[in-house]
Amino acid sequence: MTMDYSDATAPTPPPKSVPVKPVSDPMPPRQAKTLPNLTPQIATAAPATTAAAKLVVKCEVRDLRFYYKQFEALKGINLTLHDKRVTAFIGPSGCGKSTLLRVLNRIYELYPDQRAKGEVLVDGRNILDPGQDLNLLRAKIGMVFQKPTPFPMSIYDNVAFGIRLYETLRSRELDERVEEALQRAALWNEVKDKLRQSGLSLSGGQQQRLCIARAIAVKPEILLLDEPASALDPISTQRIEELIAELKSDYCIVIVTHNMQQAARSSDYTAFMYLGSLIEFDETEAIFTHPSQKQTEDYITGRFG
Amino acid sequence: MSRYGRRRIANRVYLALSFAATALGLVFLFLVLYALLRNGVPALSGPLFTQATPPPGSAGGLANAIYGSVVMTITATLVGTPIGVLTGTFLAEYGKDSRLAAVVRFVNDILLSAPSIIIGLFVYEVVVKNMGHFSAWAGSVALALIVIPVVVRTTENMLVLVPNSLREAASALGTPQWRVIVEIIYRAALQGMLTGVMLAVARIAGETAPLLFTALNNQFWSTDMNAPMANLPVVIFQFALSPYSDWQVLAWGGAMLITLTILVLNILARILASWSNRSP
Repeated sequence: MTMDYSDATAPTPPPKSVPVKPVSDPMPPRQAKTLPNLTPQIATAAPATTAAAKLVVKCEVRDLRFYYKQFEALKGINLTLHDKRVTAFIGPSGCGKSTLLRVLNRIYELYPDQRAKGEVLVDGRNILDPGQDLNLLRAKIGMVFQKPTPFPMSIYDNVAFGIRLYETLRSRELDERVEEALQRAALWNEVKDKLRQSGLSLSGGQQQRLCIARAIAVKPEILLLDEPASALDPISTQRIEELIAELKSDYCIVIVTHNMQQAARSSDYTAFMYLGSLIEFDETEAIFTHPSQKQTEDYITGRFG
Repeated sequence: MSRYGRRRIANRVYLALSFAATALGLVFLFLVLYALLRNGVPALSGPLFTQATPPPGSAGGLANAIYGSVVMTITATLVGTPIGVLTGTFLAEYGKDSRLAAVVRFVNDILLSAPSIIIGLFVYEVVVKNMGHFSAWAGSVALALIVIPVVVRTTENMLVLVPNSLREAASALGTPQWRVIVEIIYRAALQGMLTGVMLAVARIAGETAPLLFTALNNQFWSTDMNAPMANLPVVIFQFALSPYSDWQVLAWGGAMLITLTILVLNILARILASWSNRSP
């Protein structure tokens, strides 16, 4: 929660000097207290990897429009997501960033009065095609939600649930996959002695990491994170961010966040949205250092939103 | 008088009326329970559970009626619960706001409040007349028809209470809808759904009217589902109206048993419900 306030209360320096550095400044006490050795890693995460290996387009959004009944929530979005990169969607409440995320795995189809028009190409195939099998699509595109949503079953079964849907494994192999997923989600050490306990018995931060473990256990290709840390305390938030930095070597990650420091720290690309339109999309460093649009600049400097 | 003063007086008047209404209800409830305990407790004895209903003037018990009530209640629950759960699932997960679901919901509400004697007459026309004789099967069908609307209603209510975020989370893993429902949503709503079944059992355990025209009664020990079968409510009805004092004592004993059973079922249902509230 404290992190959200820092958006609004941060002093508004001249836009050119906003970038990455001051962005991590509001929180030195927390980082110094808990895991001091990780501070530099987080601060440099974004720039370090943008320079790395060549870019592979994973997903292309073309002229995407989205409707809640008659209301047009997305007004023609065009956007490219790259593999092994983190893309952040930022913008004020109601700007359509979560809606855009929910189109990418068509989870909105659970609600009959919501529909999308346009094209979303994943590996060149339009997933909005009516012939697209939704279950196979969602098995390939994992999602973690704002509030932790552990299933009412044991910690082990929570992680094994998705694996069992699409694979038949011997119990030894399944055990290994569950452990691997929990290890990657940085939860293994905390739960390895109580795998049979209910997933609901964990703390909020642990539950959210359990949900991440559950999502990556099925080995998706794209990972959608819908404000994954907004309901968590700063320490759990930091854990989740470290996890994102760790996971992006394998996945195409998209994160929706209200927290601009979080976007600056953990993403390679940032999309700024406002009132259903994509205002600006660029490398995160560029967005936070020299945004080309006035609206973007006003938003990231805390003048509105 | 000041506006505040008037409000204080109005408050006191309504409070007093509320207390009086509550007290009135409780007084009659306790009078009924007192009469039941005073006459019922002495009637409870060993032979009550071991001997069949006697002819007037000789010793006997209610064993055949207890057996019949238990068997028909269990059969009706086993028949009615799956139908009720599936219908409730349709309403909550598939039909939702559709026209069909609205119609089903409306009809179910009518069935829920239908006088049980009408259900007895219906089963008499459809089952008893066609079979040519009264039977425990007909009685079970009549009771199942009472179970269904109760279970439909509680199942739908409990499923609707499960937050959509859980459905989204399960679907986001690529889970087919039927597995989302069976493996996640049912599990989240299980205790509430069980509570509904318990309440339905408590409801039919004391039903008399649907059995009068269907299972009728049987003076003798019988386990044949195709024949008339003794059951507590009808035995109570018959014995309590009789002029024989030993039959009247047995009727009090039977009333005591049914009341205790319903009390236990309701307590179990409450315990289950409070558990389900504790773990969201």
